[in-house]
Amino acid sequence: MTNDQLEIKKEQDLLQGRKKRSATQWTAFTVLGIGSLFGFFFLALILYWVISQGASAINWEFLTSAPSNLAREAGIAPMILGSVYMTAGALLVAMPFALGSAIWLSEYAWKGWWLRAIRVGVNTLAGVPSIVFGLVGLGLFVVALGFGVSLLAGMCTLAMLSLPILIRASEEALRAVPRSFREGSLALGATRWYMIRTVVLPTAIPGILTGSVLGMARAIGETAPIMFTATAFMMTNPWPHSLFEKVGTLPYHLYGLIKISQHYNETRHIQYGTVFVLMVVVTLLNLTAIIWRTRVRRKKAW
Amino acid sequence: MVEERRGADDLQTKATIPEEHSMEDARQWVKRQFYGETIIDVKNLDFYYSKKQALQDVTIKIPKDGVTAFMGPSGCGKSTFLRTLNRMYEIIPGAKATGSILFEGEDLLKTDPVILRHKIGMVFQRPNPFPKSIFDNIAYGPRIHGLRNRSKLMSIVEESLQRAALWDEVKDRLKDSAFALSGGQQQRLCIARALAVFPKILLMDEPCSALDPKASDRIEHTARELAEELTVLIVTHNLQQAGRVSDNVAVFLAGGELAEFGPTTEVFANAQHAGVRAYLEGRFG
Repeated sequence: MTNDQLEIKKEQDLLQGRKKRSATQWTAFTVLGIGSLFGFFFLALILYWVISQGASAINWEFLTSAPSNLAREAGIAPMILGSVYMTAGALLVAMPFALGSAIWLSEYAWKGWWLRAIRVGVNTLAGVPSIVFGLVGLGLFVVALGFGVSLLAGMCTLAMLSLPILIRASEEALRAVPRSFREGSLALGATRWYMIRTVVLPTAIPGILTGSVLGMARAIGETAPIMFTATAFMMTNPWPHSLFEKVGTLPYHLYGLIKISQHYNETRHIQYGTVFVLMVVVTLLNLTAIIWRTRVRRKKAW
Repeated sequence: MVEERRGADDLQTKATIPEEHSMEDARQWVKRQFYGETIIDVKNLDFYYSKKQALQDVTIKIPKDGVTAFMGPSGCGKSTFLRTLNRMYEIIPGAKATGSILFEGEDLLKTDPVILRHKIGMVFQRPNPFPKSIFDNIAYGPRIHGLRNRSKLMSIVEESLQRAALWDEVKDRLKDSAFALSGGQQQRLCIARALAVFPKILLMDEPCSALDPKASDRIEHTARELAEELTVLIVTHNLQQAGRVSDNVAVFLAGGELAEFGPTTEVFANAQHAGVRAYLEGRFG
């Protein structure tokens, strides 16, 4: 072969290589694209399913009144209230502990095996199945502490469950406070605690609150931890009225409609309606957190 | 009595003068060492970040009057040295200082850092105002001491801002966020914040490195004016800046060794240490 021919051969090889590469590229792009579409597809499917099945149940009465006729008619308002009370209460109970341990972890804890052990503990707590919290809540809060099956016991159990999420969210928010703020404060002769109180916490609080709202959104859908400790189906007085009484909640109401009621076939639309409301509440909580976060980020100048 | 102690010290310090210098050199050297009253007396200071040594056997008497600049190539330990003086190095895990640093008759390495930092203020490389109003930034220090009286706070805020040459620019918007200020103004705000606790010494750690020349110029000017009432110690990378702003200069070289210390003009004109001469001639940075 002459030199020219060699050149041409080389060019052809290159071209072929490029073609082959672009084919691989195309395949990868398509496969990954389809993969990501799947995620979106399932979300759309769930939304479509819930809305198409439950839309007929949603009306003003459904959102504002108590169930009647063995939950076959009227509304789910007490359960909406019960769920909101329970998670808000859980947040109130958990927040002091979460904040305390987050401050300790991010500000005071010395590095080493001890800190790692605590971190592993917190992370493991996040992985404990929720039914375990239900049983421990039953043993600890309902029986041992004598709260009875009540809103309070449910709050405490949910608080325990959301503790790791809250700790992690708060710790991240605290760590996001720039070191220069801390240095500035310490260099003026502030003690560590004064620095935390006046500079670190005020700066971190929006992030901490955002994290807690997200934690709340996670907790509100939990059924297992509250089914033994706090909630009931079809009570004579369904409205939440005392910390020491059972309450109705959205997830457990759904459970009751399907597994406890004899009329599960007649209440399909109510079941989907309930789920729809639960999803809306969760979405609203998430939206609040997102809007809050973007507003704070815009205000941040560091 | 002070004179007597200096006399006694003379004998000790003379012994460390290298033999190849003439008697005249020695006299000059001694004069530089005792130029004015000493405010901080550092003896045999070694500094370690975990295993890595950052300062080697630093001994220096820092004069009370004027501005003392600390210079040297990157990583020579000049910032570390500044941070030992107010114990700010302690927030870094594994950092350790040995030796003694005499300040107001006490070894400041052994006193309470919180009290020490009231007396030795610091301005950092990048302006670091708190995400609070201008007023609250300045009032932060006095409030640490428990000062709550609004009118007293106000007068301290005004005085501090005036000393930092920022008052005229911000007097009508003390309630605005400190982040609304420009970089140079933020840095002067940080100076005012440090002044609000009436420190005896102000440490400035490359205070102009994040600023444009005009803003740097104002900071230098402020530093010079402040030197009338307190001791200003400034770390700088910039030879011209050191020349403009400082009365005395200490040059560190790689490895954290204090190679040269004396009046700025003399050190710049005829440094004794070959490494320092090379550094000053810009042969390495």
